Amino acid sequence: MHEWALAEAIIATAKQIAQKEKLKEVTEVTIKVGELQQVEHSILRFAISELKSEIFKNAKFRILKAKTTLKCRVCGNTWQFKKEKLDRDTAEAIHFVPEAAHTFIKCPNCGSPDFEIVVGRGVWLETLKGVK
Amino acid sequence: MVDPRVSVINERLSRISRIVAVSSGKGGVGKSMVATTLALTLAKKGCRVGLFDLDFTSPSTHIILGAEKIQPKEEKGIIPPTVHGLEYMSLIYFVGDQPAPLRGADVSNALIELLAVTQWGSLDFLVIDMPPGIGDAVLDLVRLVKRIEFLIVTTPSLLAFETVKKQVELLCELKMPIIGVVENMKMTKAKGIEAATEKLGLRFLGEVAFDEGVEDAIGDVEKLLATAIGKKIQLIVDSVVLAEKREPRCLVER
Repeated sequence: MHEWALAEAIIATAKQIAQKEKLKEVTEVTIKVGELQQVEHSILRFAISELKSEIFKNAKFRILKAKTTLKCRVCGNTWQFKKEKLDRDTAEAIHFVPEAAHTFIKCPNCGSPDFEIVVGRGVWLETLKGVK
Repeated sequence: MVDPRVSVINERLSRISRIVAVSSGKGGVGKSMVATTLALTLAKKGCRVGLFDLDFTSPSTHIILGAEKIQPKEEKGIIPPTVHGLEYMSLIYFVGDQPAPLRGADVSNALIELLAVTQWGSLDFLVIDMPPGIGDAVLDLVRLVKRIEFLIVTTPSLLAFETVKKQVELLCELKMPIIGVVENMKMTKAKGIEAATEKLGLRFLGEVAFDEGVEDAIGDVEKLLATAIGKKIQLIVDSVVLAEKREPRCLVER
């Protein structure tokens, strides 16, 4: 239930934004989940439903998957992360700390571990809608 | 697009009384030895202590502790395992003994991730073994955690102390508290570092004589606590770290 900690972060951040924008009620929160971190959407959704406070009582939480794009800093090659290519232990290490990818994943073109995670690293809050 | 992780970091650390970062401008001065010994000594005194190895690219506290085959538990985040009485967190759980070649942004991201998901619980002290220098880890901790005290380690070498001076200047500008400076691996009776530390307006915590037995104590915590470094840290813990109720302040007026 590592997802629980991330759900707490999402709720805390959404609440901060709602307070800053002086919203009476939040109606929709869009969360993007990068494939690299392999967050279980169902667990994240369950944790959010358990943690949400009054201001979110009618809010719809949309959890969208985002593909992970990696770009080699040495040869410039760009490629998509595929979870299926990893063994269980490696997938789990990257799940907890996505930067562990630099230990286990190499550029398929030149073999370098020096790549950039261009998009799709972890969990982020994409949009928030509400009523003032 | 907002990164939600930052918002829970202070909540995760809210039940920790004091956070002490063991730091230096240079590598190889004995930060990991001092950090591990400090954490073990505080635990021996009955404090609840966590040790967080933040030197992601060159972690070594697990070797000093002789910690093997340990993994954190997953429960509403990550719960560090207990090693010799310390709640112990390190990137080695995830990358093992393989290299983790991380650039600055990756160091920041990994640091934020671990701060956001690690459930430390109630601690009297969290001791952080810092990477050398005044780069990403120092700047991120100052930015995200704020209530950190720094304990600075140097060797008698002027090369090490030159970097310490820069670090002290930065920390004072950022208004971060500095507990003091430990001079490690001392082989002469020269008082240059003590005088230079006092000239900076900082407290000289003491000198640790070079002890050949330290290498032999790696992986054996009882042996480590009986070395010169173990004995000196115990004195510092008794006379400074536990003796002060309030967080020390940076003594330099700017």
